[in-house]
Amino acid sequence: MSRAQHTARAAVGEPGAVRLVLILLALGWLALVILLPLFAVFAQAFARGWSTYRDTIAQPDTLAAIRLTLIVAAIAVPVNTVFGIVMAWTIAKHDFRGKDFFVSLIDLPFSVSPVVAGLCFVLLFGRNGWFGSWLSAHDIQVVFAVPGIVLATLFVTFPFVARELIPLMTAQGRDEEEAALTLGANGWQTFWHVTLPNIRWGLLYGMLLTNARAMGEFGAVSVISGHIRGQTNTMPLQVEVLYNEYNFTGAFAVASLLAGLALVTLVVKTALEWRHREQLAGAGH
Amino acid sequence: MATAALLVPRRKRRSVIPGFGLTMGLTVVWLSFLVLIPLAAVFARSAGLGWGHFVDVGLSDRAMRAYRLSFGGSLAAAAINSVFGLLIAWVLVRYEFPGRRLMSAFVDLPFALPTAVAGIALTAIYADTGWVGRLLPFPVAYKPQGVVVAMVFIGLPFVVRTVEPVLADLGKGIEEAAATLGAGRLTTFWRVILPEIAPALLTGFALAFARAVGEYGSVIFIAGNVPYVSEIAPLLIVTQLEQFDYEGATAIATVMLAASFLMLFVINLIQGRERRRLGQEA
Repeated sequence: MSRAQHTARAAVGEPGAVRLVLILLALGWLALVILLPLFAVFAQAFARGWSTYRDTIAQPDTLAAIRLTLIVAAIAVPVNTVFGIVMAWTIAKHDFRGKDFFVSLIDLPFSVSPVVAGLCFVLLFGRNGWFGSWLSAHDIQVVFAVPGIVLATLFVTFPFVARELIPLMTAQGRDEEEAALTLGANGWQTFWHVTLPNIRWGLLYGMLLTNARAMGEFGAVSVISGHIRGQTNTMPLQVEVLYNEYNFTGAFAVASLLAGLALVTLVVKTALEWRHREQLAGAGH
Repeated sequence: MATAALLVPRRKRRSVIPGFGLTMGLTVVWLSFLVLIPLAAVFARSAGLGWGHFVDVGLSDRAMRAYRLSFGGSLAAAAINSVFGLLIAWVLVRYEFPGRRLMSAFVDLPFALPTAVAGIALTAIYADTGWVGRLLPFPVAYKPQGVVVAMVFIGLPFVVRTVEPVLADLGKGIEEAAATLGAGRLTTFWRVILPEIAPALLTGFALAFARAVGEYGSVIFIAGNVPYVSEIAPLLIVTQLEQFDYEGATAIATVMLAASFLMLFVINLIQGRERRRLGQEA
């Protein structure tokens, strides 16, 4: 009897040695696959010392790339935040037929290759595209220019905010909004004073992921930007340009800025997950 | 009141929350403008090619080699990620050890790190003179196996994050029952735990696979990009575009899009079946 009890207790956990081996194996794999590349970025960037690093970053083309990346993110993040809230409000606070299908449509950009996303906009707005002749007649340039980069970035970051908010707002239900409306608040007041405070951490989480992707997007932007130095190169594209010119220190210097951004994103993301787990629907996306 | 409610059991109560018309309208307009019309443009352009020409450029010898590398490499990477993703999820959920939370945070790095940065870093590590490349008996960078290395990097979090919550929700009851009935720990894992988490593992596999198929930034630096050998399908699209071969690029993009939609459908199918199964058990 006591032997059976002992077996049962031992059987829901592993022996200490097995445990240790599994933990070390997992840590080893994570170190090899994830930490080593991260470390390599900084090691290569500072391989020739701090002053070389600073000079590379201070080059006009690199500064232009940093500026463009900031501009693109400054447009893409607010626009997709507003539309993310709008889409989540439609889906979570109302009933209509075909809702699941709608949600899959919103998720669509995640399953499309970034290169194909860039190609879409070239086919629409390029010289031979559907709107190409109209655009050139009115002297508007989209492809190989900043508007195209913004469009491609909007496409790839489209689902982040909505996908974070929809499960959260669905789980929170409609009782509080209905109570506010019964007490005489109008729709806008209800959203501003009731819904928004309830979703603010989830919203911040979605915006954080949107920003990380907007600043780091490569494939979609690469197809549509045309790689014009100092004009249509974002930071990830500048990394590629420098790398292809065999300026490895320069490429890794710009890359280290982006890696720094990724680390900041991870820190804020983890902090949000620890503090506001109950308000994050999809912690870990 | 109660009878009135009983009389119309099928009709859903209309939400009293305002803004449906406005937000629905904005959603449809924005979704169409940014996503649906651009994607439709690819299909429309490729329909204009005619079937014979589409096959010539979309399924050319070079394109077929590229698909084989993209899909084959993604399959290999997703398989590797399933094994190690499950291991990492298991360790994160089941064991307490110093640095566990830090480890959990770093799992998401591939989501946050721009792909071009990952690409050049992996190339530096796996080149013949790199930290890992010089230790290995066979070359990795600029070879098809380099493609798999990059795909393993970007796919890992998908498996970990899909399996983790299911593993955490798994009650210890069935494991105790299995042990009481005389099953060893390994038998319990194979016959009791693995079947329970199999749908989640499959979903993670499919997500990692889908992401790897479309991946561009992290792969092109390490791949070497030799036509017919180490050229992935998304790169072939870019190459065709740079040569102003819009027809070739569009045809290949159509094949890639069709594959994406198929995978999306399969993933939804797995998840839908799993949801129904859990619903029945509850």
